[in-house]
Amino acid sequence: MDKNLFRYIWRNTRRQQIWILFIVLLSMPTYFMSFDLPKQIVNGPIQGQGFETPGATATFFKIDFDVPSWISSSGSLVLFEGIQLNRLQMLMALSGLFLALVIINGLFKFYINTYKGRLGERMLRRIRYELVDRVLRFPPGQFKRVKAPEVATMIKDEVEPLGGFIGDAFVQPALLGGQAITALVFIIVQNFWLGMLAAATVAVQGFIIPKLRRRLIQLGRERQLTARELAGRVGEIVDGIAAIHTNDTSNYERADIGSRLGRIFKIRYDIYQWKFFVKFLNNFIAQVTPFLFYAIGGYLALQGRMDVGQLVAVIAAYKDLPSPIKDLIDWDQQRVDVQVKYTQVVEQFTVSDLIEPTLQELSKDPLPQLSGNLAVNNLSAVDESGAKLVDKATLTLAPGERLAIAGAAGGGGDTLAEAVVGLVRPENGRITLEGTDIAELPEAITGRRLAYVSSDAHLMQGSFGDNLIYGLKHAPLVPAHYEGADAKHREWEISEGRAAGNPTFDIRDDWIDYASAGVSNAEELKAAMQRVLDIAGLLQDVVDLGLRTTIDPASYPAIAEGIERARKALRAELESEGIADFVISFDPSTYNPEATVAENLIFGAVQEGLSKADKEATDSYIRSVIEKFGLQDRLYRMGYEIARTVVDLFRDLPPDHPFFEQLTFMPAEDIPRFEGLIQRYKDKPSAEVAPQDRDRIIALSFAYVEPRHRFGLLDDELRKRIVEARPEFRSGLPSTLQSKIAFYDPKEFNRASNLLNNVLFGRIAYERADSADRILAIVRTVLEEQGLGGEVFQIGLNFNVGSAGKRLTVAQRQKLHLARALLKRPDFMIFNRPLSALDLKAQERTIERVLASFDGNGYRPGIMWVVGHASLARFFDRVVVFDGPTPAETGSYDELMGRKGLLTALST
Amino acid sequence: MLLNDEVELLRRLPLFAGVAPAKLKLLAFTSDRIKFDAGKELFKQGDAGDAAYVVLSGNADVLVKTEAGEIKVATVNPSELVGDIAILCDVPRTATVRAATPLLTLRIKKENFLKLLSDFPEMTVEIMRVLATRLSRTTAELSDARSQLAHARRVH
Repeated sequence: MDKNLFRYIWRNTRRQQIWILFIVLLSMPTYFMSFDLPKQIVNGPIQGQGFETPGATATFFKIDFDVPSWISSSGSLVLFEGIQLNRLQMLMALSGLFLALVIINGLFKFYINTYKGRLGERMLRRIRYELVDRVLRFPPGQFKRVKAPEVATMIKDEVEPLGGFIGDAFVQPALLGGQAITALVFIIVQNFWLGMLAAATVAVQGFIIPKLRRRLIQLGRERQLTARELAGRVGEIVDGIAAIHTNDTSNYERADIGSRLGRIFKIRYDIYQWKFFVKFLNNFIAQVTPFLFYAIGGYLALQGRMDVGQLVAVIAAYKDLPSPIKDLIDWDQQRVDVQVKYTQVVEQFTVSDLIEPTLQELSKDPLPQLSGNLAVNNLSAVDESGAKLVDKATLTLAPGERLAIAGAAGGGGDTLAEAVVGLVRPENGRITLEGTDIAELPEAITGRRLAYVSSDAHLMQGSFGDNLIYGLKHAPLVPAHYEGADAKHREWEISEGRAAGNPTFDIRDDWIDYASAGVSNAEELKAAMQRVLDIAGLLQDVVDLGLRTTIDPASYPAIAEGIERARKALRAELESEGIADFVISFDPSTYNPEATVAENLIFGAVQEGLSKADKEATDSYIRSVIEKFGLQDRLYRMGYEIARTVVDLFRDLPPDHPFFEQLTFMPAEDIPRFEGLIQRYKDKPSAEVAPQDRDRIIALSFAYVEPRHRFGLLDDELRKRIVEARPEFRSGLPSTLQSKIAFYDPKEFNRASNLLNNVLFGRIAYERADSADRILAIVRTVLEEQGLGGEVFQIGLNFNVGSAGKRLTVAQRQKLHLARALLKRPDFMIFNRPLSALDLKAQERTIERVLASFDGNGYRPGIMWVVGHASLARFFDRVVVFDGPTPAETGSYDELMGRKGLLTALST
Repeated sequence: MLLNDEVELLRRLPLFAGVAPAKLKLLAFTSDRIKFDAGKELFKQGDAGDAAYVVLSGNADVLVKTEAGEIKVATVNPSELVGDIAILCDVPRTATVRAATPLLTLRIKKENFLKLLSDFPEMTVEIMRVLATRLSRTTAELSDARSQLAHARRVH
């Protein structure tokens, strides 16, 4: 990228800039004519020049050119003789011409502005793309120095004003300069001295104002830097929120942000002060000139040395003059501003050893399997301070070989693994793949034939499944098919993308490299995904994620259709295991003791995440049904009893006591309020209770579950009456709440409950809470047997992992990374303490599963595994033990253990 | 069985005898009532301890793994506490407890139990007394077993 903004703009938009300049020039004659016309109208038809005699006519629209006499003897070439018009006709014709000129000028302006806008936006797109492209090509060390939010602000905000400017970069000075010169020349033609006066004012403006603005440039640069740093700090606060909370440094952060904002405020306020001062001065100079015109021009007109028409035209022309001049000065201001921004941004993105674009070239061809060795020769690498991270390491990994690297955490092995995949650049020595230095190999080879899994558990925002197949998306393999308007839009996308120097690959193509996963279509890929997730120990997690998802049954017809079958199968299975009473089913005609009072009345599920208004509407509808069935007295007494017991139990506890977790009736801070209520209404019938308080107390009864709370507040009669109210509740539900509540129906899928609750169609008994895992396992089996396993798996794959994958546990994320590496079937796999979040036993089992998965199916990658604990090295063919940055021992596990050296020491 | 009955039962435990009924009610409220079928394990020897159990009804066997297989070392009867050692001193379960009959228990979570101890120190003293009693009983049993062993050796 050019250091100079104008050179960058010129290089990329030369042709468009010339074209728009041409159009600007083309617009000049009509612009000039529109100045001259008012004078003609006033002097001619209005004041009567040329119409001195009655019935006199004048020539309108005669088109002729002065030409040399060898073409025409009269010295002029007449193309159109013109029409003879009388005074009134002339007035109308000239006025009409004026209107036509206004329209033509307007159209020119419209075209020019649109063209400029498009030009600017295209360039903005190009700049942003180039910046991101650079981020993708930054050398690995660069990321230790840059802050993500700062890079994001630069790409998003700081280059934004460039878009508005680029279209104006050459056109604006040409257009405005042209206009200003036209107006000036016109004034000079009318009256030389008035013209000189106008020119002098312009010169003063053009000289002084930019000088004053120099300070503004300086301030602008500071504003940009401080704002960028602010973005970086805010990002740090978000990322480091745990450290802030655990160190009680939130006020330190507040102070830091406050002082930064203070500095930004000061800079911005200074900018305002200067800006408006300069504006004031500018306006003053501009306004002094008309004063001189009126005074001097008027004097000349009075003396008869200038006609009134001339004076009017001069003043009209001058009125147009300040605006181009002012705009020109504004343009210059903007130029300086964006030049500063551009330079600042480009500096940040100018890095000496960017990855060569050729190494990242798109490659659609399948790559041959690697048959040579991965060799590390005399490798050394240092950190920023120059300390050795790995020192003189030499080792070879043959295809299919399994090598363990042991050593203390942060030792040479970790860095060696990073260097092998290019995340650390060697200071000395070479890493070669089939004899070629990996630094010279395209990423198409290192990124596909090698896999790397570290303990870093970052995921891309998106679905679980997308993250799993992320390692297969190297190139758009099967083009997306478009028809009609879509095809047109795609063509537009391609041509616009080209015009802005963006890539034309289509994100909607099928990017999945099925062949690399050893499958041929999406269905087989799903099976492969299942297999690798199983190896990584993550399959059950995915199924459970699916089970806990609330789905739209319309999107999964098989599930909606099979739910009744699945419920029956579950019931049968529970019965055959003799644990039928572990899950209490929903039955339209009986009270479910394990569900709350409200759920028993509604006999349905309320959609999650209701708005406050919807919640209140639901509550008030529930109350209306309660009243209708005369339940309010009973439920009031029940609520009162709950309040009394809860206040009794929790009164003396501080509000942050962990026991409050068990309290489902009310938040801890409500205890004092209820304490007041029970005292006020002690021994009073519910009729004497204020309606608001009564509602509040009745609402307590809604959450009551007898087996859980054991207050003994329900009897058969109340249960019966609640069940009897169900049909009424259902039929009378207001239409506004219809979509918020899904009623239980043994035959229908319930859209407000998650999949697990849909299959259970009941509640796990509180006294059997210990068996939840057992029941979950039965649900999984039942769904599998009913042929719905694939659907549930798919729903799990669609689970959104959240920002950076944070909706999954670290262990799950690490396993997902492992599964992703397995899925792409590379020739060499580099594992760098990939399962650090798992305990040793789980790590052992996972390593065993991973290694066993390559047995006897013809695919056997070379594996380099930096193990989290030395004892894990026993699963590998060969072990290299690092002592700090240096490799100290090499040999088989048994051999090294026999030597009783470093490995033995590390293993215990 | 209701909360109030559970409190009555807890009060009969030596461990909780000195604790105010209101606090016992709180403990009962924050604990889960869990049912086990005969033959089901409350916990296994070697597991991490996360809860203690008060038997409300039924019996359970306390089993210890030995080289000769599993042997039963004690029976837990209604209104007895089991599993408290593992949550008091953070060691894995020292024995397996299995329901001998259908068993109804009150499960007291480790955090809740410890929180209650720190809130009401009088309970701690009570616990100490119970543990000391158990220790002296165990010591007596041990010396008894030793003397039997010595006697058996002499006979052979």
